[in-house]
Amino acid sequence: AAAAAEAPRKPLFDKVLIANRGEIACRVIATARRLGIKTVAVYSAADASSMHVRLADEAYLIGEAAASESYLRADKIIEVVRRSGAQAIHPGYGFLSENAAFAERLAAEGIAFIGPPSAAMRSMGSKSESKRIMQAAGVPVVPGYHGDNQDAGFLRQQADQIGYPVLIKAVLGGGGKGMRIVERAEDFEAMLDSSRREALKSFGDDKVLVEKYLSRPRHVEVQVFADTLGNAVHLFERDCSVQRRHQKIIEEAPAPDLLPEVRRQLGEKAVAAARAVGYVGAGTVEFIMDDASQQFYFMEMNTRLQVEHPVTEMVTGTDLVQWQLEVAAGNRLPQLQDEIACTGHAFEARIYAENPDNGFLPDTGRLVHLATPAPSADVRVETGVQAGDAISVHYDPMIAKLVVRGADRQAALRVLRKALAEYEVVGLHTNIGFLRRLAQSPDFVAARVETGFIDKHVAELFPPAARPAMPAVVQAALAAIIDSNTRAARATAGGAASPWAAVDSFRINALGAQTTTVLFGDHRFDVRVTVAAGAGVYQVAVADGSGAVVGRFGDVRTQWTPLPGGVGSSANGGRLSALLDGCLHRSNVVFSAKDASISVFDHGEVAVFKLPAAHYGDDAAAAGPGSVTAPMSCKIVQVLVEPGAAVGQGAPLVVLEAMKMEHTIKAPRAGKVVEVYYKVGDLVDEGKSLVAFEDDAEST
Amino acid sequence: MTVIGNTVEPKSAQFQENARGMAAAVGELEAAVGRAALGGSEQARAKHVARGKLLPRDRVGRLLDPGSPFLELSQLAGHGLYGEADNVAGGGVITGIGRVRGVECMVVANDATVKGGTYYPVTVKKHLRAQEIARENRLPCVYLVDSGGANLPHQAEVFPDREHFGRIFFNQATMSAAGIPQIAAVMGSCTAGGAYVPAMADESIIVRRQGTIFLAGPPLVKAATGEVVSAEDLGGGDLHCRTSGVTDHYATSDAHALELAREAVGSLNWRKPTQQLALQAAEEPLYDAGELGGIVGTNLRRPFDVRQVIARIVDGSRLHEFKRLYGTTLVTGFAHVAGQPVGIVANNGILFSESAQKGAHFIELCAQRGIPLVFLQNITGFMVGSSAEAGGIAKHGAKLVAAVACARVPKFTFLIGGSFGAGNYGMCGRAYSPRFLWMWPNARISVMGGEQAASVLAQVRRDALAHRGQDWPAADEERFKAPLTAKYEAEGHPFYASARLWDDGVIRPSDTRRTLALALSAALNAPIEKTDFGVFRM
Repeated sequence: AAAAAEAPRKPLFDKVLIANRGEIACRVIATARRLGIKTVAVYSAADASSMHVRLADEAYLIGEAAASESYLRADKIIEVVRRSGAQAIHPGYGFLSENAAFAERLAAEGIAFIGPPSAAMRSMGSKSESKRIMQAAGVPVVPGYHGDNQDAGFLRQQADQIGYPVLIKAVLGGGGKGMRIVERAEDFEAMLDSSRREALKSFGDDKVLVEKYLSRPRHVEVQVFADTLGNAVHLFERDCSVQRRHQKIIEEAPAPDLLPEVRRQLGEKAVAAARAVGYVGAGTVEFIMDDASQQFYFMEMNTRLQVEHPVTEMVTGTDLVQWQLEVAAGNRLPQLQDEIACTGHAFEARIYAENPDNGFLPDTGRLVHLATPAPSADVRVETGVQAGDAISVHYDPMIAKLVVRGADRQAALRVLRKALAEYEVVGLHTNIGFLRRLAQSPDFVAARVETGFIDKHVAELFPPAARPAMPAVVQAALAAIIDSNTRAARATAGGAASPWAAVDSFRINALGAQTTTVLFGDHRFDVRVTVAAGAGVYQVAVADGSGAVVGRFGDVRTQWTPLPGGVGSSANGGRLSALLDGCLHRSNVVFSAKDASISVFDHGEVAVFKLPAAHYGDDAAAAGPGSVTAPMSCKIVQVLVEPGAAVGQGAPLVVLEAMKMEHTIKAPRAGKVVEVYYKVGDLVDEGKSLVAFEDDAEST
Repeated sequence: MTVIGNTVEPKSAQFQENARGMAAAVGELEAAVGRAALGGSEQARAKHVARGKLLPRDRVGRLLDPGSPFLELSQLAGHGLYGEADNVAGGGVITGIGRVRGVECMVVANDATVKGGTYYPVTVKKHLRAQEIARENRLPCVYLVDSGGANLPHQAEVFPDREHFGRIFFNQATMSAAGIPQIAAVMGSCTAGGAYVPAMADESIIVRRQGTIFLAGPPLVKAATGEVVSAEDLGGGDLHCRTSGVTDHYATSDAHALELAREAVGSLNWRKPTQQLALQAAEEPLYDAGELGGIVGTNLRRPFDVRQVIARIVDGSRLHEFKRLYGTTLVTGFAHVAGQPVGIVANNGILFSESAQKGAHFIELCAQRGIPLVFLQNITGFMVGSSAEAGGIAKHGAKLVAAVACARVPKFTFLIGGSFGAGNYGMCGRAYSPRFLWMWPNARISVMGGEQAASVLAQVRRDALAHRGQDWPAADEERFKAPLTAKYEAEGHPFYASARLWDDGVIRPSDTRRTLALALSAALNAPIEKTDFGVFRM
């Protein structure tokens, strides 16, 4: 290794294709740019205007929105390599990043793949094979059976040997599919059947493995890196225990409260694992660790850069994408083990378009409004979207990764909490509020993390919806009034300079006032805003649904600065500064036309209100009572109802022919047919009643 | 232009006394307007709301653009006019200029909580005045109809004459002919003559199961023909939108009708003529309008420099004064109000021949240049006496009156103090058709002051008694004069004037600038006409 360190550095690639999208594509582009490497983006039809396309030096359309038609199309990506003259492909994570066949095909075509050799990918791709290799290399694995014998009786025997509780897992599984925890021996068979059925459905293969189940497990993983010259290092560990739906949600480095000896062993074993498969490039060795004993077991190795790699970068002061590029160029690792230090503490919070209150179901839609904390040395916002972009059904609903750093865990958490409070999203559900509660949960603050954390803290993490704070109600109403007034004024004949363009509700010999209604869930608030001393100074009275005054504010002084709004953003709103009861509130208030909502971001709290919709009814539906008449002289072609028939609104009653056209006469409202005056073939004069009709409203 | 220097001493005893007096007068005004604004009795209002109807003021509020100004007219119409028992609050109708979809419109909204929205004589007068303003200033009209028609006990005072009920429809027809849009929303009864409001409109809206239009209501129909029919079947929304075609738009509620009315205005393709005036950026006055009360006070005998009033109305307190050193009892000059150029004619003492000639000259200038005129009235009259008569005060005064009468530029008059005798004429009183005329609560209007009138009549009586050789003890004379003085005082009060629509409303002095700016801008919907003056007696 020492000799290799002195070898001359090889040049990096001049042009790299990034076979990915979203934040990771943008992340790779950022490093490439810094290093003077040209970047080539590929994109699907759905991503034509997305950030990674804008940031790359070149961009090529490779297919339709579905990943199978675009980002998974090796042939099209290789074609773009040819057309663009790129020398290498960075696969990011997901998509083709762990596809050994793809890596092999690239090797065959002489295109560099910025990732490990395909053999290492294949070894690590199978859970059972990887565990065999690890056992051979002296890396501890969870006691279990990972073999080919799938006989139910045999598996039961293995489980009995391991000792309950045990875990049944699909060999090809992932994301928790086909996974079952068996607490008692007598439940084993039933759980096995159920696991197999799900595995078959999800992966087309019902092979399972059985292993020891840890009751308070932590997910600890180690970042490893190896070069082609025989060097392999680790960059310390990350703790990714807090997960929802078996997916990471918040990650940190280093793992809290590890015994020094455990930490040392983790690193060593991870490097050993990498060496065991002849690993090259960035990889992550994942361990499951029993919280009490800190005994850890190998789970799997991810043969790519991980989503959460930035926390490692934050504590080691490295740029892992740059490391990948150096290694791919055949250079030595930028730092060897004794040069790598871990300083401070870092967190990553994944901001998803999803609804935590509804089982974390992903949400889709446009980012009507997006404001992020200001990036700094301690705050990184890794994202591939900006205001106006859409989160679509086609890809991962991650909006951004918020990465923060502090001198220690508490300092980093403080930065995280503040940054989360500054994160504003309107247009779709996000997990930001959930992350904020998580980041202040006493057990989380005390680093009592485990994979079952969320399930154990349901009451704390999913509090019932509270009534909004009164200042938020007032701010929503003030903003709604100021905004609608401003819009109306803009349209004044004679322009904004006209005295008529004023929006202070000027009244002769009286104070001008406006009332607006905002809804918060089932709560209704009627907010009366009286102009006390010219535009901008108000008296405010808030009444609830029953008419009782529930809030009063005198001498409310406001200022309103419209938000600039992003590219293509439908955001409309402003920064409202309002002095309420002597407290200055400075909030962003955002209106979304999509759902007539008003979001008030005040002191890090968001309150979302709705404006009541104007329901005026449909005059066409509200027909006259009594009868249905012929709109013109016509012939009856068809009679569709009989007397006594109950019909719904819009039900076809009679078909007429006139002027060589057929017309269907429909029921104007729900009701009952009393009499039909004509039969098929009859000629009818204009205005004659066709059907006597008793509508429901009349009879009530 | 010269900035008017601030000579006001807010700490002076006189200022303080003036301010107290004016504050009391303003307080009375606000209280009276507040009472009138409620409309009918609490019971009547509750009944109205219980029917799912919006109160008329809420209707107007929803019709207008949110947050926009409403230049309400004649708030005190009918004040004390029919005695305590017969309170026709606000004249039973709300009128005013407001912005609808960016267009300045004349809004006329019946108040059904006041006498069922029936037309008292003052209701007719207020409605007609609103239409007159709409016609002169070319303002689209929106009628929110909810009225039982002519008030039958008062039929003789509302039905037959030229300026009575029928004139409403005459105005609708002739304004429509002149291209001034007429829009009606039927939100309640619309009976008999009232039925013509929507029928004469260019576009009309009706609220189902609430609005009705018929020439004769069910009782009259039964009496006349024996037919028994419900109001809804006789003239409801379904009938008129589906069968008769009397109305064009079908609304399901008041709120819906108002939204449809807004859309109707939005579809007018209305363009306000621009470039009629050389506008400039608006500027606030340098001095506080809150000081107007302290400057003017309520004692009409106490003089003040009207320039201090002007300085609190016009942009940047700047006045380009015309003939500053000549005829000094009349201040004339050019200024801007909210960026709009105006010529100001303001009394600063009694009118002499020179001041009258100066005023006539200045009005000629404004008419020639197409500059709107603003009159600030505080006038006891023209100078009397042999010297004045010999100097030709009659013909010089006539010049001023002729100029005021003939000038076709928009004219705006404020009564900020006394308005007596021929001074009222020379300073563009109601008879001289200013586009708008407002009074301050301290103002008084009569042919002459109460004391003078009593003195004149006492003098005549004393002469008659003397002719018969009778003596008239001083105590008797005082008893003779007291009721006369009281009568003049009562009839000269601005509430008395406003109740009878001698003005377009009583306003707080501090609102003068806003009121003028809005009215001036609204007046620009009509083209400024050229003036032809008649013969000036030289």
